Amino acid sequence: MLRITDLFARVEEKEILKGLNLTVNPGEVHAIMGPNGAGKSTLGNVLSGREGYEVTGGKVEFNGKDLFDLEIEERAREGLFLAFQYPVEIPGVSNMEFLKAAVDAKRKHKGEADLSAVEFMKVARDASKRVSLDQAFLKRGVNEGFSGGEKKRNEIMQMMLLEPSLCILDETDSGLDIDALQVVANGVNAMRSPDRSFIVVTHYQRLLDYIVPDYVHVLANGKIVKTGDKSLALELEEKGYAWLEDEAV
Amino acid sequence: MTDFQHQAIRLTSMQRPETWLESLRTKAADEWLAQPWPTRKTEHWKYTPLQNLQKTILHAWGREEVPILDAPFENHLVPLDAYRIIFIDGVFDSFNSSKLPAEVVQFSKANEDQQAVILQYLGKIIEGERHLFATLSNAWLDDGFLIHVPRNQKLDKPVYIVNISTSAAVSANQRVLVVLEESASAEIIEHYFSAESVQQGFVNSLTEIHIGDNASLQHYRLNLEEEQAQHIGAVHVDLQRNARLRGFAIALGASLMRIDYQLNHRGQGAELDLQGVYVPRNNQLVDYHTNVCHWVPHCKSNEVFRGIVGDSAQAIFNGRIYIHPQAQKTLAELSNKNLLTSNKAEVNTKPELEIYADDVKCAHGATVSQLNTNARYYLQSRGLSRSEAEVMLSFGFINELLEQIAQPVVHDYLQPRLAALFGRDNSLNEASSLLGDSNG
Repeated sequence: MLRITDLFARVEEKEILKGLNLTVNPGEVHAIMGPNGAGKSTLGNVLSGREGYEVTGGKVEFNGKDLFDLEIEERAREGLFLAFQYPVEIPGVSNMEFLKAAVDAKRKHKGEADLSAVEFMKVARDASKRVSLDQAFLKRGVNEGFSGGEKKRNEIMQMMLLEPSLCILDETDSGLDIDALQVVANGVNAMRSPDRSFIVVTHYQRLLDYIVPDYVHVLANGKIVKTGDKSLALELEEKGYAWLEDEAV
Repeated sequence: MTDFQHQAIRLTSMQRPETWLESLRTKAADEWLAQPWPTRKTEHWKYTPLQNLQKTILHAWGREEVPILDAPFENHLVPLDAYRIIFIDGVFDSFNSSKLPAEVVQFSKANEDQQAVILQYLGKIIEGERHLFATLSNAWLDDGFLIHVPRNQKLDKPVYIVNISTSAAVSANQRVLVVLEESASAEIIEHYFSAESVQQGFVNSLTEIHIGDNASLQHYRLNLEEEQAQHIGAVHVDLQRNARLRGFAIALGASLMRIDYQLNHRGQGAELDLQGVYVPRNNQLVDYHTNVCHWVPHCKSNEVFRGIVGDSAQAIFNGRIYIHPQAQKTLAELSNKNLLTSNKAEVNTKPELEIYADDVKCAHGATVSQLNTNARYYLQSRGLSRSEAEVMLSFGFINELLEQIAQPVVHDYLQPRLAALFGRDNSLNEASSLLGDSNG
């Protein structure tokens, strides 16, 4: 599914990722934890192709393709999905117009015809119900005036509609109350399947009570410094990150 | 003095004006002939050339009889439950217009009291100032409509004034006078469109609005004409104490499309909101000049204009705010943002802020914007191509203002039409309505 080899990347001259290695096989859920500034969000941004993130070394293979040969939208159509830590508000662009365009782009890529407006609205309403987002949100501007929790649920709804093969959740739990967290986790768990993988980036162990990972990695100082199973998350919760950072230097 | 100015006055001999308007006309005709013709050196016409207009032969008014259109125009109309007043090439079409309430009357049908109201208010807002084409409007004045709402009255339905241009190359002088007395309220929609591909005629329009103490008006001005149209128009407004104006303006481009808003705060506590959208394309031009004058203290104005300029089109926006020395505690904001979607597109935006009072809050901004790169990245990260994302964001840039249109029927009329310019259809809204708004 995804093989990251010796990845180096920088933002504005500052080296953030420094030789990161990670392999994700189909069906696996990987949690990436780590202290602030370790490069957790950079990883998601680099993988999705955000401008301003410069890859200076290493390679990433995604479903057999060199990820860095692909444009942002091509990565998405190939099945990579990044749930944003801070979803962008786009006033004036209707959420449903945006979602339909995204779904159509994906379908076109797979050689399928566009959904009709009615077919799409049925699917979209169903998805909004599954993330407990009132269907009125479909008609609003993209994330416009949404609360933090509503934005995150909108991200999960997009994920449901686009059915990606690799989902990267970038601190999706940040700013969520326990109810919203459960909605998000239920959405993710419902999508778990043998051919879909997840990278769950989080600062806190709490989310992993709901989305149980197969692997837990600690990202510190730009690389993975420790890998374990879900018990590692509990250990980190208890001991913090400092002891690992010391190891990494 | 130019041939065009002479020609324009010669045309008046073909009119049969009301005698009680005669002195206004002749005075204006003299003024019109005496005024210098604007050139590129004339500040307020710097970017909008009038050479083409000058070459337009003003040979006729709209036909004597109301023209029969080749195609039905119903589907061009905003489907409002309103008092409808239809003009075709400047000729009032009583057959297709509604039965009008007592508050709405044609100048030529006005009774003595109404004539007195017209004479009291007509041409008074910019009296003494030089607005060339307002002067022409007076010189050409042979008829018009008065909307006069008495004290404490509310018009039970909007007034919808439709001005249709046909393919005839004729001149039209559109004149509307609105007088809202104390605590009166009304909603007025002025709509210009071309039913057929127009030749180079010329529409000169002037709407004057007096909003009395505590009175309020919602006003829409939709300039949705064909590319060949030439239109110079103006909206002049006086707001008295605690008066409210909520205005919306939109213009597609045309060969010549110049609209002036003159807005005067004459009484304390008055508030105005004006929003505008323009979207010239191809070789079209749109020119909005707005002038908000705070003559008295404690008034508020908020003005937001956005434009998207594509192809080789040109947009001009000149937004002036004037604050008189006595106009303390003024709150005035003006924002003009422009998006250029082609490297041949051009925008000239000029803010003019003249503040002579010291205790005021003013914010004033004019920009030529780029699309938000974060937003574009977000859309691309969901699979939209860069160009799809850009078109979607461009429409979003003006749709933000469309979303704020208070009259839902006008909103629902405009939004899909504007969306269509950006390659979007209305199928999702339709599907959404079809499926019902419950979550069933």
